[in-house]
Amino acid sequence: MIRPVRFAGDVADLPTHKFGPSSLTWWGIIAFMVIEGAAFALAFAAYFFLMGHEQGWPPEARRAPNLLFGTLFTIIILLSEIPNTAVKKAANEGDVPTIRRLMPVMVGVGVVLLIIRGFEFNNLNVRWTDDAYGSIIWALLLLHTTHILTDWFDTVVLAALMRTPLAYEGRRLVDTDENALYWRYVWLLWIPIYLMIYWVPRL
Amino acid sequence: MTELERVREEDKKLAAERRKIARDGPRLSGAKLEARLERTWKRPRGILGWLATVDHKEIGRRYIVTALIFLALGGALALLMRLQLARPDNDMIGASRFNELFTMHGSTMMFLFVVPVMEGVAVYIIPLMLGTRSTAFPRLNAFSYYMYLFGGLLLWGAFAFNIAPDIGWFAYTPLSGPQFSPGKRADIWAQMITFTEVSALAAAVVLVATILKTRAPGMTLARMPLFAWAMLVVAIMIIFAMPSVALASSMLISDRLVGTNFYNAYEHGDALLWQHLFWFFGHPEVYIIFLPATGFVSVITETFCRRPVFAYPVVVLALISTGILAFGLWVHHMFATGLPRVGYSFYTAASMTVAIPTALQIFCWLATMWDGRPRFQVPMLYVVGFIVTFVIGGLTGVIIASVPLDLQLHDTYFIVAHFHYVLIGGAVFPLLGILTYWYPKITGRMMSETLGKIGFWMMFLGFQLAFFPMHFSGLLGMPRRVYTYPAGLGLELPNLLSTVGAFVVAAAVLLFVINGVYSLYRGAIAPPNPWDAASLEWATSSPPPDYNFAHIPVVKSRTPLWDEKGELPVVTGLRADEKEILLTTVVAAAPDLREPVPYPSLWPFIASIAVGIVFITSIFSPWALTIGLIPCAIALTAWFWPKELKRNPEPVIS
Repeated sequence: MIRPVRFAGDVADLPTHKFGPSSLTWWGIIAFMVIEGAAFALAFAAYFFLMGHEQGWPPEARRAPNLLFGTLFTIIILLSEIPNTAVKKAANEGDVPTIRRLMPVMVGVGVVLLIIRGFEFNNLNVRWTDDAYGSIIWALLLLHTTHILTDWFDTVVLAALMRTPLAYEGRRLVDTDENALYWRYVWLLWIPIYLMIYWVPRL
Repeated sequence: MTELERVREEDKKLAAERRKIARDGPRLSGAKLEARLERTWKRPRGILGWLATVDHKEIGRRYIVTALIFLALGGALALLMRLQLARPDNDMIGASRFNELFTMHGSTMMFLFVVPVMEGVAVYIIPLMLGTRSTAFPRLNAFSYYMYLFGGLLLWGAFAFNIAPDIGWFAYTPLSGPQFSPGKRADIWAQMITFTEVSALAAAVVLVATILKTRAPGMTLARMPLFAWAMLVVAIMIIFAMPSVALASSMLISDRLVGTNFYNAYEHGDALLWQHLFWFFGHPEVYIIFLPATGFVSVITETFCRRPVFAYPVVVLALISTGILAFGLWVHHMFATGLPRVGYSFYTAASMTVAIPTALQIFCWLATMWDGRPRFQVPMLYVVGFIVTFVIGGLTGVIIASVPLDLQLHDTYFIVAHFHYVLIGGAVFPLLGILTYWYPKITGRMMSETLGKIGFWMMFLGFQLAFFPMHFSGLLGMPRRVYTYPAGLGLELPNLLSTVGAFVVAAAVLLFVINGVYSLYRGAIAPPNPWDAASLEWATSSPPPDYNFAHIPVVKSRTPLWDEKGELPVVTGLRADEKEILLTTVVAAAPDLREPVPYPSLWPFIASIAVGIVFITSIFSPWALTIGLIPCAIALTAWFWPKELKRNPEPVIS
């Protein structure tokens, strides 16, 4: 300091973690959500831009994707919010045993979803090389798969960390809370994608 | 004993240890505190310590130096192009090499110089200006620098191996598509974009979180320095704009590599999709470059006029509205592609509208000068040069916002003149001013005023000589990006003048570098607050210690160092034995949390190498994306994973 100082308060008693917008990582996660949201929004714009050039959607001689696996995926990902909410609640209450019980459930849900996703790709009735319609459908599904995969991997790492003594550190509970927040974003974003891949071509 | 009982027992023990932690305060202050903080904040020595650093000042310095090297490289290419164009029918450089030169020049200047240098300056100075000891997410900050560096090495490595991109800095499809650009040149351009996007996005997240959460207590949003406001707006713009070019270039690579058809008109794709996505990024990019510079101008104007910037709320609102309007203008780059009538009208109106907030800022600076007592030292000279030059560039901007004129002038040297006026005049002049201004902060020494003044006049006059004649060559119909032109069209004189001017500008930049290097060793030792400035970066010594501030300052006004005449109020209670910063609330900046700062770590560097390998190998095979992600996942996990799995009295990030 280049000048003499006057003590005007003390912060030693402040906490070292809080949930929500007080947390620094909360802002980091929100920022990354906005980045991904912007990318998705632009991909949606590209979808409608390409659709505007066509007489029909899907273009003539193509069939809309089969509904079964995409709908199954949607149902499971919506139901996954039940354990997800429970994990989030447990994190806020500092209930480590519940977190330890439910995080593996979330990991399992992710595995099931990724397997179904494989079948979804097989049921699009179009290949990415066929035409621009095929390209954008594949791009949307691939983008969302990346989303699922990264959050699933996050959840695996965090589930492992929550098995260690560090689970009782408040900041780890904030991590768990924010990971659950992120999962909400993953399934919320899926809803418009589901509609665009499976239902807009049926309108 | 159940686990829960064991945890309770441990909690009690940790609480007892917590009371013994050394913190700054009346009992630990002055030289003793400084020595303690020095030990805590020092990074390991040696090359590994150098690579592992998370110190924002070190990363900021690297950003600035790297960006200036790219400026020199991009500038050298500009000189080569100017030599080729100095006389008609010149055959010094052939057409295809010339294509590479202007592509490399534009890409280097936009992606490797001007955006990174602004981020670098911000990463260095923002925490000091806000009165904190570190940026948020310092490891992400380090990662961001390495990604940027590797992107630059990719592009220039390709140039050295004669596979440089040759498709222009905006890489229009179908020219950049698989049919018209076989080989790997276009892919190298696209992946350089991916590197710099990831880097810019990471830096933007760091800056947003730093500005919103780590300000000194009492520094409400309404008291925040205008440079911090500018960087907040810019970082948010990066967050919304960069995904667009990332998406566009990923689609381009996949069209080229795995046969998708996004831009392929034969299979119902559309080349114009590229232009929309590119310019949805590309136009905000102009303001991402310009707004930090307006922050510099506010800082310099305030200090050198010795009064706060006139109408602070107007400047802040102008920054925000420029940031918003910037996203509604991109189609004015596409007037020549053919648009619906209403599209022409809307984007013309929007393009003219953005002149309003910009003009408001200029009027505020002029009012500040009018009401203040300006000292015309080098930084202030650059501000004056900026205002003159930028206003000319802004006026030609309003001219070409008009569709009939744009259709005449599109892709001529008039456009080249326009955007160099707004980019060099609008960004590089303030940058040179602010580097002179913060040089004593960064190095502890002053730059030579005499050399600085000579350099400024060479820069200013050389610039006008180089770029003003381009308006005329453009009006005479000279298209941009041609490697030569025939004699007898009246283009000889303006082109010769431009070439002479370009060399004067280059000499001025060289003089700036000489001044910088000379002053590093021989410059006068800087007094603590050499310009008598008002903001907090001058409340600590120069160069700042690793921990920035021994105590966290408390702020009660927009210009704390002017208003606190005697002792500086500070808060105490941050740890001295571990790295810790204070978090405050977003709007009111009330103390909120204490936050541990991560230890230095090699993992951001290793992660950037892993990600870099994925980006580069995916030029050649789509499998890179699947196999290559495994090392990335390992590196990112190791980055996050605590090095000790035991609880500490208070959290640390090891």
